[in-house]
Amino acid sequence: MTATPNAGMQVWHFSEMAYHPAWEHLSDTYRVLVPNRLFDPKLGADLYHRYLDEWALCDELGLNIMTNEHHATVTCADSVCTIPMAILARETKKVRLLALGMPIGNRNDPIRIAEEYSMIDVISRGRLEMGFVKGVPFEISPANTNPADLTERFWEAHDLILKAMTSHDGPFSWEGQHYQYRSVNVWPRPYQEPHPPVWTPVGSEGSAREAASRGITIGVLNTGWVRTPAIFDAYRKSAREAGREPRRDKLAYMALIGIGDTREEGWRRADQILDYSRTSGVVAPQFMNPPGYIPAAANAQMLKAGGAGQARATRIQTKDGRPLNARTMGVEEAIDAGLVFAGTPDDVWAQLKAFYDHVGGFGHLLMMGQGGHISHEDTVSNLTMFSREVLPRLAALG
Amino acid sequence: MERIELGGIAVDTFIAGSGPPLLFLHGGDYVAQNTPFYDRLARQFRVIAPRMPGFGATPRPGWFRTVGDIAYLCLDLMERLDLNDALLVGSSFGGWVALETAIRSQARLGRLVLIDSLGVKFGGREERDITDIHVLPAEEVLRRSFTDPAGMAPDYGALDDNALLAIARDREATALYGWKPYMHNPALVHWLHRITIPALVLWGEQDGIVTPAYGERLAAALPHARFKRIAGAAHYPQIEHPDAVAAAIEGFAQEARP
Repeated sequence: MTATPNAGMQVWHFSEMAYHPAWEHLSDTYRVLVPNRLFDPKLGADLYHRYLDEWALCDELGLNIMTNEHHATVTCADSVCTIPMAILARETKKVRLLALGMPIGNRNDPIRIAEEYSMIDVISRGRLEMGFVKGVPFEISPANTNPADLTERFWEAHDLILKAMTSHDGPFSWEGQHYQYRSVNVWPRPYQEPHPPVWTPVGSEGSAREAASRGITIGVLNTGWVRTPAIFDAYRKSAREAGREPRRDKLAYMALIGIGDTREEGWRRADQILDYSRTSGVVAPQFMNPPGYIPAAANAQMLKAGGAGQARATRIQTKDGRPLNARTMGVEEAIDAGLVFAGTPDDVWAQLKAFYDHVGGFGHLLMMGQGGHISHEDTVSNLTMFSREVLPRLAALG
Repeated sequence: MERIELGGIAVDTFIAGSGPPLLFLHGGDYVAQNTPFYDRLARQFRVIAPRMPGFGATPRPGWFRTVGDIAYLCLDLMERLDLNDALLVGSSFGGWVALETAIRSQARLGRLVLIDSLGVKFGGREERDITDIHVLPAEEVLRRSFTDPAGMAPDYGALDDNALLAIARDREATALYGWKPYMHNPALVHWLHRITIPALVLWGEQDGIVTPAYGERLAAALPHARFKRIAGAAHYPQIEHPDAVAAAIEGFAQEARP
């Protein structure tokens, strides 16, 4: 890898704003089919305010903020990623705001997305990082969008949003395959020039190459020790081929982080946060792989293997290649798999440094510092300890 | 299998037998399971069964996106093969295509047979006329499709890569054309009056995807249609009972014109 200038690693606190009080009623599926009578709005209001308070605290701690969205699920009650962002755009003053992000191929109106993102960018005085996501397969049913041409819609929406944000001379028209507008004229224009940085989550080498060719920053989630190096390598190689310097700040890795005064305390926090991984993939199989969501050739191979479409199962593995059961895995094996960094500040730093070196470096750590049943007090302590004890060491990563 | 070039698309087409022309339009899945039915029909008809664009090994260009596009392709196909007085037969998704074809032109059509067809919306906005197979567990979809599922689902592990790819493409294409509105064209019910040729509406008595009551409404909405149940069959009667369905079609083809 070429030595590249690095401004130090940026850290982003990510929470899915889970509605965990409903989990005890569920076992077979946490998504799509769960009736919302299990959501108590009074409890929900308390949780929303609590999660927002934790994000607002990040402004003092020097941790950036990351939101995302999912639909019809108890694992993530953040169904509109720009709503907490809009609140935090005013409530915070310093840190950057990453929405990773907006399912642009599942929402029907790219211009509305350009407007929402532009407003947040202006209100935050240019602190927005703009995530465009394809969305996991079980988002197809809640969005009622066609799985067979999702990729086409994603890229057309991407192109249209960027054109809308960078056109400043009055209306233009767009007559595309999926979107038609006679008069696109987005107000306000974004604060950042030419537009807020674009991010996308990536889970394979193919999609890493695609993002690299367009200069998009990638966030790699749940790929761990075994799968991440090839994805980052593919990105770096394709960036070079496209004539771009493969900067570390184009690469982000998500980890669940539990930190404490003692190893036991750190592990206890990580164990609670790990309930995110234990619940978020639990969904009825018919929603796991809608037709056309993955290429036909990949579906043909799955038919051959006898699977009804478990595209996302058994993706997590330990360093020696042993697949982990996402529903039952413990902290120790999740640390081994590179999904979790946990323990004392020294433990977390050592695990992070080893992972960083193993994958060839990256410029952003997406830190899931809240998840599952971890309390507000523990979350505040978790974020604060990370900020005080680990953040200062990250400048040494070079 | 022949490849017939239509509008720049090489359409994989099975052609067998001799006699009056019969154009068969397949459903969204289990296409290969129609072979015994083709063989039986080929004793009396010249059977022409195209794999529609996006299905099987037939390519689909990016612009080709709607059931209406498939309908025009079917009209092109009949013109290319110079079919006259053709018997048009459509099963499930193919029934929808057959209806869309017939409302556009009956110039080359003599009769229409629909087998557990999709495509038409009769009920209100909160009634589901057509079962959403994409929200049900796979075993339940199978149970609703065949009276004896165990004997009907292919042994996927034993199929070669081309056969598996064809199945994956069938399912993807069905989603592409039929996802929203779900497996129907809201306007189609208002154009059914254009189908003035004699029609036979065949329905599996135990169809759990579209009920026989739906089939009866469809037959009643067509100017010259008769409804007939097929016993011991669900959504794909021609796969479960190829002889009985073929016999019904042969009888219908020989009836005097009304």
